[in-house]
Amino acid sequence: MAEQILNDLPRLLPEVTLTATMLLVIIVDLLTKRSAVIPAMIALLGLAASGALAIGQWGVHTTVFSGMLAVDPFAVFFKLLIAGCAVLVVLFSLGSSELNNRERPLGEYFALLMGLTLGMMLMAGANNLLMMYLALELSSISSYILAGYTREAADSSEASLKYVIYGAFSSGLMLYGISILYGLTGSLDLAVINQTLPSVVAGGGTAVYALAIAGILACAGFGYKISAVPFHFWTPDVYEGAPITITAFLSVASKAGGFAMLIRFLKVTFIDPAAVAIPAGAWATLQGFDWHYIIAALAVMTMTVGNVVAIWQTNMKRLLAYSSIAHAGYLLMGVVVMSNEGLAAIMLYFVIYLFMNLGAFYVVMLIANRTGSEDIEDYRGIGPRAPFVTVSLSIFLISLTGLPPTAGFIGKLYLFAAVLNTQGWVWLAVVGALNSVIALYYYARVLKNMYLEKSELTAPLTFSRPQRALVLLLVAPVLLLGIYFAPLAQLAQASVKIFGTP
Amino acid sequence: MGALEHVWGEFASWLPHVQLAHFLIVSALLFAFGLYAIITRRNAILLLMGVELVLNAANLNLVAFSHYKMLSLDGQAAAIFVIILAAAEAAIALAIVLNIFHRFQTVNVDEISSLKE
Repeated sequence: MAEQILNDLPRLLPEVTLTATMLLVIIVDLLTKRSAVIPAMIALLGLAASGALAIGQWGVHTTVFSGMLAVDPFAVFFKLLIAGCAVLVVLFSLGSSELNNRERPLGEYFALLMGLTLGMMLMAGANNLLMMYLALELSSISSYILAGYTREAADSSEASLKYVIYGAFSSGLMLYGISILYGLTGSLDLAVINQTLPSVVAGGGTAVYALAIAGILACAGFGYKISAVPFHFWTPDVYEGAPITITAFLSVASKAGGFAMLIRFLKVTFIDPAAVAIPAGAWATLQGFDWHYIIAALAVMTMTVGNVVAIWQTNMKRLLAYSSIAHAGYLLMGVVVMSNEGLAAIMLYFVIYLFMNLGAFYVVMLIANRTGSEDIEDYRGIGPRAPFVTVSLSIFLISLTGLPPTAGFIGKLYLFAAVLNTQGWVWLAVVGALNSVIALYYYARVLKNMYLEKSELTAPLTFSRPQRALVLLLVAPVLLLGIYFAPLAQLAQASVKIFGTP
Repeated sequence: MGALEHVWGEFASWLPHVQLAHFLIVSALLFAFGLYAIITRRNAILLLMGVELVLNAANLNLVAFSHYKMLSLDGQAAAIFVIILAAAEAAIALAIVLNIFHRFQTVNVDEISSLKE
């Protein structure tokens, strides 16, 4: 047993590195009071080391610690995505006036950010229901504090209160679902549950209803993490109130972790081993419990509510919050079809989403740093005053809409293709396409305010060289991946290998 | 009257023989009370108490299944983890509620709404 644990330990190195970084940041913060740069540098180095170690795990296909965690290409892909997102958020945080003009060192902030990243990385690999719950709580608890980090601000306090209440409630529901699933199958390990479930379903009677209830309750936890309707109520308030860097992080990395966990849960637990070989790349779920329609209903509700409510928003952060809800809906379409093509499309989309969504949040942060406002009305006539960042923002918003020649178009193309290639889901693709049209309206409204409206303010807004460089770093992939996306698509297709599935 | 007495008699003879079902019923009741508290209460502390009930309902399930169905100790180990996590979550949540009280002089979640719908 002890030997087994020691043998498995090297497979956990990315996570161990992050834990060590977190502790180091706390210690260094104690020694170097009121310096934000040194903890940030340590955090960046730790994330880079963790990412490099995760790359070293490429090609490994196993589980460690008695099946608690899976180390497979799927997990590695999401770990890299999350680490990359964390690096960008650390860079954003250094330039955020919201965080830096307070009489408070940022050491704790970076330590918690590392904890949050660690939780998300564990979510990507969790292969046991207990581990899933623990990883979810680790990331949630860190994000409750981070959402309220600027605790002098009323918005931020309110955001963290709402977050903690909804979060605790959803994870409680999820845990109750897990406990029923444990009672039905006698195990918390996904692979064992998968082997036991056919006999539970075959037994019929109340067990099938209990399984349905357990599945739906478990979905509450995942749904909350990816902010799917009807578990989305926290999203707009938290995204608006939290520091913008944290909002950006939650909107991308938290969603990625949630999706990784949801996909692994659905695919490993409910896959039907007997029916797997029939259509190429597709996977069937066990008889007696139709996940397709539950997820499809979630997808349709999520994108429609997200897009329609976004139309009335007047605050930029809130608009992007609803836009991120809508994106969770699009991404759920990839889960609905339950094929490897759909999963690859989700993973490709997440990489693109990382750049375009973080970019949009970063520009909103830069403008808020200068003008002190996130109101869309205050974006009037801002185009000529800050040409570079507003053009970048336009590119990010066009990409979020999914128009060519940006990367967002490629992401949507792959997603819709995956849906259309699966029989019986054409209507879902149509709903998704209609939603993109609604999305165009509210993104275009921002563009109209920036360029077509007049404003009495004409003083140019200036941004420092590192800030412009960072914007460029985010714009470049959005444009480049719109033209040259084949390697990334291949990488995503190669990463769809989940441990425990054929 | 006779029917009621009959049901009562059945219930009285069923009740002392504690089995899995007893625990599941208690846990389902706990879960329902927790859910009810979360839906109806507007005081942040009471909401958190509701969450605590839901978590403990799940814990009771885990331990009861583990014991009565002769399963592995996974469930009992999970229950211990959940107890620890619930404590951590309560600590964080109460700190946040305290901060809210300093700022808004209230812990009623309906009155704390500077962020618009």
